[in-house]
Amino acid sequence: MDSHTSDPIASPHHAAATTAPLTHAPSPKTAADAAAVTLPDRPLILIESEETGVQFAFPDLWAYRELLVFLTWRDIKVRYKQTVLGAAWAIIQPLLTMLLFTLVFNRLAGLDTGSVPYPLFAYTGLLIWTFFSNAVTNSTNSLINNTNLITKVYFPRAFIPAAAVGAGLVDFAIAGLILVGLVIYYGVVPTWSLALLPLFLLLAVMLALAVGLLISALTVKYRDLRHALPFLIQFWMFASPVIYPSSVVPEGWRPLMALNPLTGIIEGFRAALLGGNFDRTTTTLAVLMTLALLVFSFYHFRRIEETFADLI
Amino acid sequence: MKPIVKIENVSKRYRLGGLHPGYLTFRDMVGGALRFRRSDGNDGVRPKRDFWALRDINLTVQPGELVGVIGRNGAGKSTLLKILSRVTKPTTGRVEMYGRVGSLLEVGTGFHSELSGRENVFLSGAILGMRRAEIERKFEEIVAFSELEKFIDTPVKRYSSGMYVRLAFSVAAHLEPEILIMDEVLAVGDAAFQQKCLDKMHSIRQHGRTIFFVSHNMPAVMRLCRRVILLHEGQVVSEGEPQAVVNDYLSATWNIAAERVWLTREDAPGDDVVRLARVRVLSETNAPATAFDIRSPVRIELTYDVHEAGHMLTPHVELHNEEGVHAFSSHDTSDEWRRTAREVGRYVSVISIPGNMLSEGTLRVHASVMSHVPQTTLHAQARNVIAFQVIDTQQGDSARGDYIGPIPGVVRPLLDWRTRFTPPQD
Repeated sequence: MDSHTSDPIASPHHAAATTAPLTHAPSPKTAADAAAVTLPDRPLILIESEETGVQFAFPDLWAYRELLVFLTWRDIKVRYKQTVLGAAWAIIQPLLTMLLFTLVFNRLAGLDTGSVPYPLFAYTGLLIWTFFSNAVTNSTNSLINNTNLITKVYFPRAFIPAAAVGAGLVDFAIAGLILVGLVIYYGVVPTWSLALLPLFLLLAVMLALAVGLLISALTVKYRDLRHALPFLIQFWMFASPVIYPSSVVPEGWRPLMALNPLTGIIEGFRAALLGGNFDRTTTTLAVLMTLALLVFSFYHFRRIEETFADLI
Repeated sequence: MKPIVKIENVSKRYRLGGLHPGYLTFRDMVGGALRFRRSDGNDGVRPKRDFWALRDINLTVQPGELVGVIGRNGAGKSTLLKILSRVTKPTTGRVEMYGRVGSLLEVGTGFHSELSGRENVFLSGAILGMRRAEIERKFEEIVAFSELEKFIDTPVKRYSSGMYVRLAFSVAAHLEPEILIMDEVLAVGDAAFQQKCLDKMHSIRQHGRTIFFVSHNMPAVMRLCRRVILLHEGQVVSEGEPQAVVNDYLSATWNIAAERVWLTREDAPGDDVVRLARVRVLSETNAPATAFDIRSPVRIELTYDVHEAGHMLTPHVELHNEEGVHAFSSHDTSDEWRRTAREVGRYVSVISIPGNMLSEGTLRVHASVMSHVPQTTLHAQARNVIAFQVIDTQQGDSARGDYIGPIPGVVRPLLDWRTRFTPPQD
């Protein structure tokens, strides 16, 4: 054992205290008795200094996988506690927005969405958009809202924004029921392309996670982002074909629009459900951009997550 | 033997500039980027001062050891526990741990006030590192331990703080890591519940688990730990046997020891009549000591010099415990010197506080010399002049009997109990 006895703290009146009549009861179990415990050859946990590089620590993520489920479940549970309408809010938000935009863009401005009725067109886009914007907004604040956890206990921090995204999926599923109703109401017959729907949803989840990881990590250090986010989200909505088809955008602007991965995701989601052509370039771009952003965001998150407890 | 925890050269630096208020604004970042870098590496945004919360900590811990970590506020205790629980990373050095780690840096980590007791058991358990199946298996036991069966489906925001703490600790107590890291968790809850927690800690250790225990409760540290580490300004300044380390802690923290001496008349507290020369705590064998078994007598000795003859002087001692409660006062009432005019010269007065009288804890001594005739005059006084510890080692024959939990109260006398038995009259 390392003996590390050093000089006692210097004190001007430090008396040479000899041992008082104080004896310890013999401990029933001393360290020697506990030697029966067999220790692994390699450390289970190795804590290294900040200077060592970024580790993705996938085994760690896997070991804690149940926690992701618990955190997601908590976020869902807590969100609708003490609300009168409860989970109905998940429907109300996209539904009212859809009605508003139908009135403004379709009835007043006369926006043309081809063969697809505007309410169905808008609701499909708003369903994905509402999921995405809520997921990003909730995950942005998630780390700060969980300060008490971050400063007190270890677990993969990425699960906090990930749980916020996961909770958004439940709202998506509830709001999706209305979409099913609209599809039946307008008599849309699904084609084989419907099989691609989950793929575009997965892309939307990955993009929301990528943006959530990036902004939540930055928000720990730069709180301003919380205030900037509503503008960013609003701008992003109008830059994406949520409530208008990209066909109304002038030809020259379309390549620029395709650089926004949400363009490919929303149009792909819509095409998969309501029929129509997939723009191969836009879709490919969306896939590549989403993957690249996710890798970058996750790397960035892992790189700075160890400093969260010191910064938050 | 192979250690279960190996801490090597661990240091932790905080940059004070970034530490307070803890985050920057975007403007700072932009402003900082536009500014010219200074040669000293300071970007001009905020002065950067380094603060080493820990410096070169080296420690090896064997399986089954219960290591107490003590030190005053800001000594680095929390930082050390945070590094061991992987909340924050060391700036330099490394730690190897050969077992699962569970950390309890606060009571109720992961609790959400909107959720019910049942839901919080699962959530908190998962956050502390338990598997779902493990929580399900232990659920009944956890609830039984907390004694909250009736309220388990009530949102915890309706709980009293005592209930909250009980449920939170119950979850934590059922963690089964090989290495447990605890911060002052015992400082909460009522006496009966604290007793249960202490029992639980005993049983955890007896299963060969290793525990790191940070506390300001010196009696608890001395009772539970066989090895104590004293941190001071981020360094280990004393390590080893609890009694010796606690003594070092007391002398460092209170800046007072078992003995106080004034070498010159000018320094000594007092007036033209009398001045104190020395105050000290002695054991039964007249050896200066700072820690006493609760069953042993404690002697307090006052040495004072009378410079003006003819005064009827009374030496006086006051004892205060660590909560600042005045335990008692004692005046010299012996026939030998009471109402007797003193000659010029040196006097040594000793009182002996019997064993089994003081309660556990730190006691601070105020010493004074006064006269009560013709009227009460305080001639010499030294407040908080010395301090000592009273510790119950729990060998079964002190006033605590077989009870091992905390006992409040200023005194803890060992009294004579008589019980009469009457069999039922049928």
